[in-house]
Amino acid sequence: MKITPEETEHVARLAHLDLSAVEVHAMTEQLDRILSYVAKLNALETEGVQPTTHALAIHNAFRADEVHSSLTQAEALANGPQQNGEAFVVPRII
Amino acid sequence: MELYSLTIHEVKELLASREVSATEVTRALLDRIAAVEKQVGAFTTLAPEMAMAQAVAADRLLAAGQGGALCGVPVSVKDVLCTKGLRTTCGSRILENFLPPYDATVVEKLKDAGAVIVGKVAMDEFAMGSTTENCAFGTPRNPWNLDYICGGSSGGSAASVAADECYASLGSDTGGSIRQPASHCGVVGLKPTYGRVSRFGLVAFASSLDQVGPLTKDVRDCALLMNVISGHDARDSTSVAQAVPDFTAALTPGLTGLRIGIPKEYFGAGLDPEVERAVRQGIATLQAAGAEIVEVSLPHTDYCVAVYYLVAPAEASSNLARYDGVKYGFRARAAETLADMYRNTRSQGFGDEVKRRILIGTYALSSGYYDAYYKKASQVRTLIIEDFKKAFAQCDVLASPVAPTPAWRLGEKNDDPLSVYLSDIMTISANLAGIPGMSIPCGFSQAGLPIGLQLQAAHFQEEKLLAVAYNLEQRLTITPPRPKAV
Repeated sequence: MKITPEETEHVARLAHLDLSAVEVHAMTEQLDRILSYVAKLNALETEGVQPTTHALAIHNAFRADEVHSSLTQAEALANGPQQNGEAFVVPRII
Repeated sequence: MELYSLTIHEVKELLASREVSATEVTRALLDRIAAVEKQVGAFTTLAPEMAMAQAVAADRLLAAGQGGALCGVPVSVKDVLCTKGLRTTCGSRILENFLPPYDATVVEKLKDAGAVIVGKVAMDEFAMGSTTENCAFGTPRNPWNLDYICGGSSGGSAASVAADECYASLGSDTGGSIRQPASHCGVVGLKPTYGRVSRFGLVAFASSLDQVGPLTKDVRDCALLMNVISGHDARDSTSVAQAVPDFTAALTPGLTGLRIGIPKEYFGAGLDPEVERAVRQGIATLQAAGAEIVEVSLPHTDYCVAVYYLVAPAEASSNLARYDGVKYGFRARAAETLADMYRNTRSQGFGDEVKRRILIGTYALSSGYYDAYYKKASQVRTLIIEDFKKAFAQCDVLASPVAPTPAWRLGEKNDDPLSVYLSDIMTISANLAGIPGMSIPCGFSQAGLPIGLQLQAAHFQEEKLLAVAYNLEQRLTITPPRPKAV
């Protein structure tokens, strides 16, 4: 086994996902198959190979530091599931 | 000939000569949608009133002899692209009621060109899937046979074009999501070079792989759409300041002097014999058009799926962290703490495939596993890119199948995510390398399902793809064994 049910639960906690016992079981089985499959990469020697995170060689894209119009407060808040006209409202944290 | 079965370049002529008006064309398409949409199910949101208003505006411009390249042409847009004031769900409950406050750059470009947006089309949730069965709002059916998948994740785009519900659609492609449904539905699909088309307003799945592109009825329409959507955008820092040619100028007869490489690894075990026959026939047609055929090798092809299913979920797990129930979208009710609110919102809002990929990605990036999974995959990605560089030293364009099989039956692979992942083996590497790829119809299976031929070229060589595709289209006579189901 590449991954245990306990590890699946741990990863789910990191990702802010709740899984039922049934989901943990099914996900563990599927993740195990996928992780076993991707282990084929270990057959390749990659010592000294530069990792690629971006397919084109673009470096920092700078632009002039000019003020442009942006969303108004009302537009930015409009999709908030709960808001008070000034800010998004969330459950009390302190 | 019905208005809805024309191509863009055909209907443009009628519009320019004022034989028909944009409102007549749009009305004809909305009627067509009303007639077949119950069977096809391509749309998540229809916008008939907005479309008619855009058609009226297009008619005013056309009457004055003005109007852009798509003036009065009805199109659909994949529900992953933000459309101002028009619901954009990404196929997910978590964005069920999201009304974007702005247009994606490509949508802005469509509107500036005068296109009429008839609605948003279905997709696998957050573009994660190859069948559009992961859409929270229903799965489109293949217009050639309603019991079959239309492919994915841009399944609604391909189905809406194949069913003549619009003249063209914009899709997105992270591992084949334009090319594979185009192949399964018998339409033309192009994934441009990474950076050719702006991603601003494209809801992110895997940011180093995602690219927007057109699905159309023929190659000329594909070139027309590419003219409209390509170009640098200051709002997307990964878009490239590369001159945009007139892509229609590439559509010339004859391929003399062009070398077409056949990657031998794409014709190995697991390739359906009907697909192989159709693709080989397509290659012979290109040879008859004057192209030289050479065998090439992409030795790391067998590792592409493994690399992709680490890199894409890793990027997705980070990108999808933004869905927390605070700023937009769905929020679970009755949570007492902020952490509960996050967890309940995400657990109720995301579907299984999205959760699965978030878990894979989180695992691959987590402490202790990063080097073994994410870094290793990123190193093999370099080897895959080097394969392409070597191949393109020997040829201009690669020709291959798009997918190992034609479309399969709805529901057939629901319990087997890995087998669906493996069906992406021929399309994924173009995204990993950032190169352009295209799907062009080349035949049918005996069961009457379309088969596509894939073309790939080096960065920013879309014109070569279009030239080859155009010659294939002009020379290859494809007779479907049975008509479309709609």
